[in-house]
Amino acid sequence: MLELKNIEVVYNEVVLVIKGLSLEVKEGEIVSLLGANGAGKSTTLKAVSGLLKNEDGEVTKGNIRFLDEEITNSNPSEIVKSGLFQVMEGRRCIADMTVLENLRLGAHTRRDRKNINDDIEKVLNYFPRLKERNGLSGYLSGGEQQMLAIGRALMAKPKIILMDEPSMGLSPLLVKEVFGIIKKLNEELGITILLVEQNARLALNVSNRAYIMENGKIVLEGSSKVLANNEDVKEFYLGGSKGERKSFKNLKSYKRRKRWL
Amino acid sequence: MALDFLIQLLVNGFIIGLLYGVVAMAFVLIYKSSLVVNFAQGEFLLIGAWACWWLLAKFSLPFYLAFIFTLVFMTIFGILIQLIILRPLIGEPIISIIMVTIGLSIFFQALMNWMFGVFVEPFPKIFSTESVNLLGLEVQTVYIMSGLISLLIMISFAIFFKKSRLGLAMRATAFDQQAAQSLGVSVKQVFSAAWGISAIVSAVAGIVFGIVNGISSGIAFMGIKVFPAVILGGLDSVLGAILGGLVIGLLEHFAHYLDVQYLNVGNMIRIAPFYVLLIILMIKPYGFFGTKDIERV
Ligand SMILES: Nc1ncnc2c1ncn2[C@@H]1O[C@H](COP(=O)(O)OP(=O)(O)OP(=O)(O)O)[C@@H](O)[C@H]1O
Ligand SMILES: [Mg+2]
Repeated sequence: MLELKNIEVVYNEVVLVIKGLSLEVKEGEIVSLLGANGAGKSTTLKAVSGLLKNEDGEVTKGNIRFLDEEITNSNPSEIVKSGLFQVMEGRRCIADMTVLENLRLGAHTRRDRKNINDDIEKVLNYFPRLKERNGLSGYLSGGEQQMLAIGRALMAKPKIILMDEPSMGLSPLLVKEVFGIIKKLNEELGITILLVEQNARLALNVSNRAYIMENGKIVLEGSSKVLANNEDVKEFYLGGSKGERKSFKNLKSYKRRKRWL
Repeated sequence: MALDFLIQLLVNGFIIGLLYGVVAMAFVLIYKSSLVVNFAQGEFLLIGAWACWWLLAKFSLPFYLAFIFTLVFMTIFGILIQLIILRPLIGEPIISIIMVTIGLSIFFQALMNWMFGVFVEPFPKIFSTESVNLLGLEVQTVYIMSGLISLLIMISFAIFFKKSRLGLAMRATAFDQQAAQSLGVSVKQVFSAAWGISAIVSAVAGIVFGIVNGISSGIAFMGIKVFPAVILGGLDSVLGAILGGLVIGLLEHFAHYLDVQYLNVGNMIRIAPFYVLLIILMIKPYGFFGTKDIERV
């Protein structure tokens, strides 16, 4: 469904941040993309959804295909129309709009305007706690804002949602709730999900497959179950204790060589 | 007698203030969505007024037709200015963009003077009665029309930004451009729309002003005069713009009253707003309604 082939992303025409990254998401899957801070996860998502231009970034090599169409460096409104929606890091609700206005805004690209009110009802049924919130979305709690951001994404009726750190800044309980919602969207609405997360344990739990990236490259990939039991993954991301290795680089080079050379 | 005069002036000030509010809104619309300070806003009024006058005087069209044609023309005009002149400047330093809008202002000012001359031209009469009695006050019919049109524009703005798809998209873009794009909003479309709408609203204000006072390059001065209003309201607040306009309108007429009654300086009505501007900038550099972010992460 979504396929990134060997892409490179350059910021400000000089800073090479993504260095030949390939990944694939098949229809109906939940795929996690994990990695340390600064690995380039958000950049990868923005490359897909066409939001790099705002930050003077560009895909300089490789290509990105969605539903068998080339979307490399397309503009974001076309990409949203084609059914790919990104929920950005930090939720980015429009703080001076109400919940309902944010939801209606989510339907911006839709042609079937008359169904929008019904769909708002449906979305609110997914997130009952948004129902009572009549004020500006800027005053919602972090968890409510995350739900609003996801609800707003649903309003666009996307086929795939890219989620950037939905658990950021949420209490453990809320994180569970959000992950539950992600699973539900996938199972009940059949929405494919590419999930970027710091909370590797939960992400591996909810996803079918996962990629681990470091320094702008994928260093490990596989089914989430297998990765969750991988010693190195345990050590780096799941809080395993022993060992003083600092990077996959010194470690899995043989594995990477298989893929990259 | 003096009291009657004061009340009369304040009523006028209120009505003119509403009109300033409308122009200030048009200005803020552009500033909010694209961060361009449009120094040519006053010329938009002037062009709109002359266009309508020209259609009336040269082709003897009925007023409503001339009015509609003018609005269509101004929409296209506003969008073209954005497309041709400002779009290529996206990403350039603010100061370059300001220089360009100042250049536009001078250019259109000169162009209008060249095309239509420098003398005041009256609009053909629209109302048969000069003035009506409102709660014991004689108010000119054109003033009442001016006030009603201003209110109508403000209400349409409110509905537009609350309800319409484009209105929401424009607010989203003003608040967070990248987030708006992530929702599929085309920022280019929003910029064009902002200029188009701003030009329409300016044209209406220009025509109203022309009907009340006749058309001359003085109308463009409105564009400068709304600066105190806009600054007072905070550059990026639509509601602030309206209130700022009202305050300036009332204030300058009050200054005029003091002037006539006591000071006899003769030009307070023109300069009082700018004294106010100076004072505001000293005590409240962001105006009274300027960006007040809701902070929550
Ligand atoms: N607009 C930009 N201009 C220049 N460099 C950038 C820009 N945005 C990100 N970078 C750099 O690109 C690298 C990857 O950033 P990115 O935001 O993609 O990381 P991330 O994996 O999402 O990290 P985090 O987990 O902290 O969100 C970082 O080194 C960052 O400094
Ligand atoms: Mg990130």
